[in-house]
Amino acid sequence: MEKFTTLTATAVPLDSENVDTDQIIPARFLKATDKAGFGDNLFRDWRYDKTGEPNKDFVLNDPTYKGSILVAGNNFGCGSSREHAAWALKAYGFKVVISSYFADIFKGNALNNGLLPVQVSPDYLYKLFTAITANPSEEIKIDLENQLVSINSSGESEKFEIDTYKKTCLINGYDDIDFLTSKLERIKEYEQKRSVSEKEMDKIAN
Amino acid sequence: MKKTLFDKIWDAHIVESIPNGPDILYIDKHLIHEVTSPQAFNELKERDVPVFRPDKIVATADHNTPTENQHLPVKDLLSRKQLKELTQNCEENNITLYGLGHPYNGIVHVMAPELGITQPGMTIVCGDSHTSTHGAFGTIAFGIGTSQVTQVFASQCLLVEKPKKLRVNVNGKLKKGVLPKDVILYIISKLGTNSGTGYFCEYAGNVFEEMSMEGRMTVCNMSIEMGARGGLIAPDETTFEYVKDREFAPKGEEFERLKAHWKTLKTDDDAKFDQEYEFEAEDIEPMITYGTNPGMGIKITGMIPLEGNKSDAKALHYMNFKPGEILLEKPINYIFIGSCTNSRIEDFRVAASYIKGKQKAKNVNALIVPGSQQVAVQIKKEGLDKIFEEAGFTLRQPGCSACLAMNDDKIPEGEYCVSTSNRNFEGRQGPGSRTILASPLTAAAVAIAGKITDFTKQLN
Ligand code: SF4
Repeated sequence: MEKFTTLTATAVPLDSENVDTDQIIPARFLKATDKAGFGDNLFRDWRYDKTGEPNKDFVLNDPTYKGSILVAGNNFGCGSSREHAAWALKAYGFKVVISSYFADIFKGNALNNGLLPVQVSPDYLYKLFTAITANPSEEIKIDLENQLVSINSSGESEKFEIDTYKKTCLINGYDDIDFLTSKLERIKEYEQKRSVSEKEMDKIAN
Repeated sequence: MKKTLFDKIWDAHIVESIPNGPDILYIDKHLIHEVTSPQAFNELKERDVPVFRPDKIVATADHNTPTENQHLPVKDLLSRKQLKELTQNCEENNITLYGLGHPYNGIVHVMAPELGITQPGMTIVCGDSHTSTHGAFGTIAFGIGTSQVTQVFASQCLLVEKPKKLRVNVNGKLKKGVLPKDVILYIISKLGTNSGTGYFCEYAGNVFEEMSMEGRMTVCNMSIEMGARGGLIAPDETTFEYVKDREFAPKGEEFERLKAHWKTLKTDDDAKFDQEYEFEAEDIEPMITYGTNPGMGIKITGMIPLEGNKSDAKALHYMNFKPGEILLEKPINYIFIGSCTNSRIEDFRVAASYIKGKQKAKNVNALIVPGSQQVAVQIKKEGLDKIFEEAGFTLRQPGCSACLAMNDDKIPEGEYCVSTSNRNFEGRQGPGSRTILASPLTAAAVAIAGKITDFTKQLN
C-alpha cells in the first residue's frame, strides 16, 4: 500500500448529506473483476444525465473546483459495503475524504486502500465548506502524524481521531494482510485451544 | 463481570488483542459471492498467499444472476465473466460453491440459514452489508469490504475494533397486519439512519421472543440501515428448533451438546449497554417509506413530515412527494416481493394468503422473486405459485434481482415501486426509480389495489 504522511491540496466541496455507496458507484458498474477503471463511473448518476452528457450542476463537472481532497456532508459512505466505492474515489484521484461522519464499513474500506477518511466536527466542516467556496484555490493541509487538518490561509485547524494501529499502517505503507499473515502460528494455536475447550464443554454438558 | 450476548461471543473469538488497537477476531464462517470476491482472489494471487481455511468458506452466486432461464448461458457478458471467475476461483481454492442452478443456490443470507450453515454463537462475515441477517440466530455477523475478504481468506481472521453495544427493546402486542418488516422500519424511522453507527445492536423484548426465525432475520437484516454493524437476538427454543435437522447443522448428540452451550448465550441481567431504547408494540402500524433513505418512514396512513432539512427536501424532490402529503390512494405501477429481507417462505405465504382469490390491478407489474432454490421449491409444493399466477403476478427464479438492479430486473425511471427490499436509495432499483419500502403484506395489498391502500381494515 502507498504510504501516507502529509498532504496539502485544494479540495472539492460536495455539499450533500448521507451520500451512500450506491451513489458513489451504482451497482450496475460492479460487474468488473479487477480494481481498475472505477473512477470513470464515480458518482455516475449525479455526474451525467440520461444521455451521458456531463451534468453541469454537479460539482465534479464544475471547473472551479479541483483537488485530491473531497469535502462532503454528514454520514458519508452509508449503505452497501462495496469497496468499489473506495476504489472509485481513489481511482478518480482523491486521497482524502473529509466529513463530519463516516459509515463504519466505508471508513474501514477507505483505510484499507490508503484513502484517508478525516472526521471533523460539524462546525469545522462548515468552516471548510465556507473557505473552499469563498476561495476555490484554498489549500487544505492534512498532517497524519500529528492528526491535524488545517485551512492554509486562516491557519484554523482541528485535530482528528484515527486508530493508532491504522495510523501506523498508513504511515509505513503496510496493511492488515501483511500483519495477519505474520500471525498465522498464533491463529493456529487459537484453533487448537478452541477445539480442546469445545471438548471440555462436551464433558460439562454431559 | 456481567456480559452481554455480544460480549460473550466476541470475547470467545479473540485470538489476540493489540494494545491500543483492534482485536484479531477469529471467523467461523465466511460467505462469499460473485461481486465482492474476485478482486480479493486476485490480491491473494498477486501476493502469492494461499486460502488458509477453505473448509470454512461457502460461496453462492446471487447478486448478478438472471431470474429467468437460469439453465441457459448468462446473456450479459460481464455478468457471465464474473460468474465464471467465481467458479474458477472456488475450484482452484477448494471452496464449496452453490452456483446458479444448484439446488442450494440462493441469496447468500437466505441460503446459509436454511442450510444450517448459520448457527448460534458463531462469527460470520460476508462481503455484503446485510450479513447482519444471520444475527437472528444469536450470531455475530457483519458485512465486510473486499480487502477484509482478502484478510479472511489469508488468515480466517479479521482485525477489528470491538463495537459499542446498543439494545432495542420492543414489548407488547403487535397489531393485526403488522409484520417484522414494519417493526424494523418503525425502529429505523424513530432512531434515524446513523443512530447505530459504531454499535452492535441486540433486539430484546417479547416481540422478538415471539417472532419466528424468518421474522427475526428480517429485523436483523436491516440493522445496517440504522448504521449498526450488525444486530442480534438471543438464541432460544425457536432458534434451536429451526437449526435442528438442517443439512449442515450438527446432528444427534453433538447437537444436544452444542444446544447446552447455545443456551448460555444470553445477556446477563444487569449487563451494561452503551445505549438503550424502548418501544411499545402497540404504537407500530404497517409502514412505508417516502424518501431516499430507510429512516424516512411513516405509517401507511401517515403524513410526510412538514419539517425537514436540506437533504430531506432533496429526497422528496427525487420522489416527487411534498411535505405534508398523505400517500394513501397514490397509484403504484410496480411491486417487488423479494430480496434477503423478505424472500423466505413465510413472506410468500403471507402475501399469497392476502392475494388468494383476488386479481392484481391492471396497472401493476408484480414481480415475485424467491430468495433461494429451496424457497422456490417450497412455493410450488404449497401451491402458492398457482395463487400468484392466477392473480397475475410474475414468479421468477431466485436471486437478488430488483433489490439492486444489477441484472435485467429494473424499475423504469420515474416509476414508484413498493418493494420488500431494504434500501430506497436514489436509483437503487434502476436509474431514476423510486422505491417505497414495505412489508410483503403491504406490497401484496398495493398490487391488488393498484395504489397505496390501508388494507388493515380488510384483515380478519
Ligand atoms: S438481496 Fe439486495 S440487499 Fe440482499 S444481498 Fe442481494 S443485493 Fe444485497
